[in-house]
Amino acid sequence: MLYLLMDTGDIQHRIVETAMAEKTKRNTSIGMSLIAEKIFEKFFMIIGLSCLFILMLIMVFLFSEGLPILKDVGINDFLFGTQWYPTSVNPRFGILPLIAASVAVTLLASFFAVPLSLAIAVYLAELASPRVREIVKPAIEVIASIPSVIIGFFGMVVVAPFLQRYFNIDTGLNLFNAALMLAFMAIPTIASISEDAISSVPMSLKEASYALGANRWETIFHITIPAALSGIWTAIILGISRVIGETMVVLMVAGGAAVMPGSIFDPVRPLTSNIAAEMAEAPVGGSHYHALFAIGIILFIITFFFNLIADYLSSKYKFKGN
Amino acid sequence: MLSRHARSEAIEKIMFSLIRVMSYVVLGALVFIVGFIIMKGYSAISWEFISEMPMNEMTRGGILPAILGTFYLMIGSALVSIPIGIITAIYLTEYAKRPALVKVIRLGVSNLAGVPSVVFGLFGLALFVVFLDFGTSIIAGSLTLGVLNLPVIIRATEEALMTVPMTYREASLSLGATRLQTIFRIVLPSALPGILTGVMLSLGRAAGETAPIMFTAASYYAPDLPDSLFSEVMALPYHIYVMATAGTHIQETRHLQYGTAIILILLVLMLNSIGLVLRYRFRKRLKG
Repeated sequence: MLYLLMDTGDIQHRIVETAMAEKTKRNTSIGMSLIAEKIFEKFFMIIGLSCLFILMLIMVFLFSEGLPILKDVGINDFLFGTQWYPTSVNPRFGILPLIAASVAVTLLASFFAVPLSLAIAVYLAELASPRVREIVKPAIEVIASIPSVIIGFFGMVVVAPFLQRYFNIDTGLNLFNAALMLAFMAIPTIASISEDAISSVPMSLKEASYALGANRWETIFHITIPAALSGIWTAIILGISRVIGETMVVLMVAGGAAVMPGSIFDPVRPLTSNIAAEMAEAPVGGSHYHALFAIGIILFIITFFFNLIADYLSSKYKFKGN
Repeated sequence: MLSRHARSEAIEKIMFSLIRVMSYVVLGALVFIVGFIIMKGYSAISWEFISEMPMNEMTRGGILPAILGTFYLMIGSALVSIPIGIITAIYLTEYAKRPALVKVIRLGVSNLAGVPSVVFGLFGLALFVVFLDFGTSIIAGSLTLGVLNLPVIIRATEEALMTVPMTYREASLSLGATRLQTIFRIVLPSALPGILTGVMLSLGRAAGETAPIMFTAASYYAPDLPDSLFSEVMALPYHIYVMATAGTHIQETRHLQYGTAIILILLVLMLNSIGLVLRYRFRKRLKG
């Protein structure tokens, strides 16, 4: 009776322990292999902790290479300075235009990506026939696997000339183009996690809604989506986090001007593309080098928090059992 | 009453059509992007294109060094991420006893997965290139990509290990096998297809990532093929980026850029489809 109350992990643990204890009694050669077991267990644990160790190393190196710039510039001038002239005789390291560019690109990309992703998620979870699902789901995963440099290349050679001609603007390499391409890249993340959330809403909730006379759309809109909302938020936050950190697309497509964006057709220079564009020319150990690492710190902190929030949301509200 | 019913029916129809159209737009975009690049670039593909060195400042000739470079980086990163990733997953599913520790490690893995690729590039530059003095090299790039890919391997392996029924382990242990024997002879072989999925996805990612290798491994142009772990290499994604944005022959080499893009797309899609097919079969086998 007691066993029914224990979870399987516990039982397995017990079996292992008993088996091991039995063997020690039996003979010494097995005692030797028990020592090997212990050694391996320690070894596995050390490797198992390596992810935490690596995260720590990333922080150590980012901070040790990035913080020195704050001694030269000061945190306020760095974060809120509007001039980024890292290589001039009298260099300026104000990253506000880069932050503004990242925020603008991310907001616009989410504006495109969120509705499209939710549509796909609802389509897959509620509307599509099993046969269509089997084609559409892998297709969405294929989008996730296309290298970002390919999306950036497409934005450069196809979308940019098209925008330039169609909207009659100076350059097609701008905020709007970058947001479009980023939206495309964020769709798989948002769509697949939302779809999981929507599919995991218990059937009983929907049946109750149908029984009260609601049709399928009313049930989706008033019952299923609200019930899946925490999962959908997790999806959106992870998608946005991916957009903020994406580098190649904005490097190739956003235009690269380090000025405050005034319209959605202005060329801009988000944080990530700024690092990628300038690191090759920044002498190791110089102010410029430190400033680029400091931008890396900001990116790391932003995405770290977004991930913590996503993790919190997804573990906090989950349908228990069925 | 009837009109209200008719109205909600109409709304349902409109919304469902809208959802369908929006889904098809995204799929259409996928087909268009891949199709467009293949249409534009297939004429550049030839045996010479993939087997020869670049010539005339990369305006003619092939992309052999970029293909080889990407290949080396894939192998190198796999050597880093596969053993560490699999052992971490084994530890998490088979050994770790304290739930708090497991939770912290999982949180670490998901945060590592969320670190932007360009930040991995900075990390690789600071640690491997400068601090350990490997220089811009295959080894620095492989280590950077390997670290980047750890979460991919860990998650796939963990998922695969958790689907192996507990009865397999119990049967093995009750026959007198030790814990290690059980893991290596029973659990890992049963989980192999799932693990291979992770390996394929991570190889695809290593082939396609650009930002992490920009400052750690990739060179604009290398006259010779790499001869040691400490050589710089050309790589497919970086090659596309460089040819499309820098230099004096951007327009003239457009077809070569499309050609390189096709090779990269084919490589990545091939690796990913193998991975997805394996995963699909694995899940089906477990269910059936």
